[in-house]
Amino acid sequence: MKKVSVSFTLNGDPVTAEVPATWTLLKTLREYFELTGAKEGCGVGECGACTVIVDGLAVNSCLYPIPEVEGRSVTTIEGVAAKDGTLHPIQKAFLENNGVQCGFCTSGMIMSAKALLDQNPNPSEDDIRRSISGNFCRCTGYVQIVESIDMAAKADQ
Amino acid sequence: MPDHLFVGKSIPRTIEADKVTGKAVYINDLKRPGMLHGKILYSTHAHARIKHIDTSRAERLQGVRAVLTGQNIPDVRVGFIKDQTVLKKDVVRQFRDEVAAVAAISPEIAEEAVSLIQVEYEPIPAVFDPFEAMKEGAPLVHETDPRGRPLKSNILPLPWEFAVGDMEQARKEAAFTAKDDVSTTWVNQCCMGTSGCIAEFDQSNNLTLYDQTNVIFGHIGRISEYFERIGLAGKKIRVVNPVVGGSFGTKLDTDIYEFIAIQLALKTRKPVKILFDREEEFLALPPRQPAVFTIEQGCDREGRLIYRHCEAVLDNGAYTSWGATTPSVMIMPMSSLYRVPTVYFKATCVYTNNIYAQAMRGYGNPQATFAVETSMDSLAEAAGIDPAEFRLINRNRPGDETPMNLKITSCGLEECITAVKDKLQWDQKRGKHKGRGVGMASLIHVAGGARVTKSDGHGIMVKLDEFGHVDVIESGTDQGQGSPTVISQIIAEALGVHPEDVFLTFGDTALALWDAGTHASRHTFMAGNAALIVCAKAKRQILEMAVELVPKIVKGDLKRMKRKNPEFVEPDLDYGLIANPEDMDIRDRMIFPKKAPDHPYFKVPISEVLRNGLHVGIGESRVVVAEAFYDPPTEMLNREMKGNLSMTYAFGTTGVEVEVDEQTGEVKILKLVAAHDVGKAMNPTLLLGQVYGAGYTGVGYALTEEIKVRNGRVMNPSFRDYQMLTAMDVVPIEPVIVEPGDKDGPYGAKGVGEPGLVPTAPAIANAVYDAIGVRIRDLPITPEKILTALKERK
Repeated sequence: MKKVSVSFTLNGDPVTAEVPATWTLLKTLREYFELTGAKEGCGVGECGACTVIVDGLAVNSCLYPIPEVEGRSVTTIEGVAAKDGTLHPIQKAFLENNGVQCGFCTSGMIMSAKALLDQNPNPSEDDIRRSISGNFCRCTGYVQIVESIDMAAKADQ
Repeated sequence: MPDHLFVGKSIPRTIEADKVTGKAVYINDLKRPGMLHGKILYSTHAHARIKHIDTSRAERLQGVRAVLTGQNIPDVRVGFIKDQTVLKKDVVRQFRDEVAAVAAISPEIAEEAVSLIQVEYEPIPAVFDPFEAMKEGAPLVHETDPRGRPLKSNILPLPWEFAVGDMEQARKEAAFTAKDDVSTTWVNQCCMGTSGCIAEFDQSNNLTLYDQTNVIFGHIGRISEYFERIGLAGKKIRVVNPVVGGSFGTKLDTDIYEFIAIQLALKTRKPVKILFDREEEFLALPPRQPAVFTIEQGCDREGRLIYRHCEAVLDNGAYTSWGATTPSVMIMPMSSLYRVPTVYFKATCVYTNNIYAQAMRGYGNPQATFAVETSMDSLAEAAGIDPAEFRLINRNRPGDETPMNLKITSCGLEECITAVKDKLQWDQKRGKHKGRGVGMASLIHVAGGARVTKSDGHGIMVKLDEFGHVDVIESGTDQGQGSPTVISQIIAEALGVHPEDVFLTFGDTALALWDAGTHASRHTFMAGNAALIVCAKAKRQILEMAVELVPKIVKGDLKRMKRKNPEFVEPDLDYGLIANPEDMDIRDRMIFPKKAPDHPYFKVPISEVLRNGLHVGIGESRVVVAEAFYDPPTEMLNREMKGNLSMTYAFGTTGVEVEVDEQTGEVKILKLVAAHDVGKAMNPTLLLGQVYGAGYTGVGYALTEEIKVRNGRVMNPSFRDYQMLTAMDVVPIEPVIVEPGDKDGPYGAKGVGEPGLVPTAPAIANAVYDAIGVRIRDLPITPEKILTALKERK
């Protein structure tokens, strides 16, 4: 299969991936870089478990063709905490307020929330709900996830 | 006893920090050296004979390591009543029938190989409606029973019948009666993590199965039985959980894909992973069992229930998994939700060529409670009594023994109903019928274990190292419910350490003692009680060491002080304060004499005693290790379906206020009050997560979710077409936590995992009736059904 060489910034580091042109960003992250935090929950862009941030926008990495990533900046859940391991306020809030249960949707939820808070540090409940409207969760009923994101926004101020 | 340090506190889920950093390893992420990938070929017919399978092209594909069909694996039956084989050889009976399987070096090659397998079918008549399937002359889904004896009917030989009291007499005595037909549909558990496993054999054919099951030892039982029949008797089976992406009942049974992974691993001598995609999750995983009820109830002039009579028909699908046993749970609300002296319940499970069913959060309880609680509203109306008042009249009370012989100990149902009434402003809002309405429904559920197998036991082991760390080997599983945090709180409290000193291992049969499974809302109750026993044992060992070692430690310290400072005057210490283990206690990581908790010399860190116990002379070194196996004194259901199968029961009431748009038929939930008797909240924040999550799933069950099965085929196998609620579907949930404390629960706790789902759908249905005056008795309550009902009303 024809491979492409794609150079981009991944969690702050310059990287190059040599992968089949048909691969998605999700597959590249998981298989090539062994960053398995982004999950495949449906593979067709409906559930949001694979959400990562590309150039500031939350995207479904399962739909994102790898050639499109050339020159862009990608942040995954593995790049959210500080290099010394200190958790980001959103991560802390999810743990403190039970925004995580089984955890399968959590990476995607946190990435959607981060994309929101990076743009809008003072979101309304509706803003928060909209930001995660493409992220499904079966465990929480979203209540404590929404509260966690709100808590993180307030903690950052 | 002073206040608890950890139990009852909202300790954060820090123990699960790997889940917020992407480090947690799910089955999706797990790789084993040399691992192959398995894919399954499913039937393309609902009912057909397999004439021929051609696997030659698949076998020739580069990268393929094995192609299996029913012809080249042992013809052995599996399943709850052994009514299917792993791969189907002669006949397919549903669209999800597994016909062939491939192992290859990548999922893509396995997928391609599966598409190259050609199967020639000869369709045979199928039956999709359970009522049609019961008729004489209906096509038989199975021509023989598992023993090869000819079958004459599609009705399963499962005797779900319960009868108490004189029904004929009760019917005569009733002043008011109501009779309704009620039905529920298939819903998918929708775990965000799809199903999967890795099967791996060692050189001697011992199996390690990396698997998401929540019943790790049940898995071993079923696989052992399979092994005996395929020539692997006596081989060791180890089941290990990775991090599990949700369960909700899906992982209760051993599924066919798990047997297929085992067969592929045996054939290839390599680890084989099978991982479902989302479409497979909808097509090939057994969902919640649908049911059709005819329910009739009667009460006297004062509104006291006299009888309840209900017959249910369950579409069993083509094979039998735990779905067929949901009636055993239905008997609980049927016989024991509210006081009702005369009860008859019968459930008939019928084979069809539809998909078959399994467990889902609440088991059969949501289905049965939908019938009971919508009928309660009908009867209240017939009797001219306010539905809330009607429920209060008939409420269960502490000390009751129900017709099923359930012994009700703690029961906060009255507080739950009253709280819902207050929070909804029930009296002001009810009965207006102007597009807005209120409704309520209650629940009973097992909350102190559930003796569905002969042992309802739960094992736990603890060991302490010389730093005061506590390793806990828990026999349960963690599918996201919060057990790591809650159990660490209980252990810390009972042992006198901190939750962050506690390190838990879940879900590994090679390490853990036996457990009946993390199901039936039983984990906190069972593991909590086991933890209390094991901590008492470990604590005793530590204190016995302390009796011996604390005086030595203190004397050594004094000697050193004296050496450093010759003027130091040795105090006159009363060593009698620490002469016996009973005289001492542990709290906050410190061992101390009970009579002098802040003693300046005798209050010693637990780690110091443990260190001194370990690092001593030859032959005297000691470690602290203890185990406990808690099996409560409960009963299995007897032939009459009676028995106190749980140590205690959960009660709760959900009330909702809805607004129904009579133009569009849409239902908006303005408020949902979920009041739950939880015994005692071990961790209020985590407990609310269970109430919110179950409540939301209940709202989906009520309004939007349905696997559409047409002629045996699932028509909506995707999140786009299966309507699960999103964050935009705002349900304003107001939880009310009622804490009567339970005498048998650890620190008073009862189970709470499933209850929130159980009464939600009937509460919404009752509120819809209050809003628009029409009853929708068939789930889900879609806008189409509401508009049709409104049209009929006019």
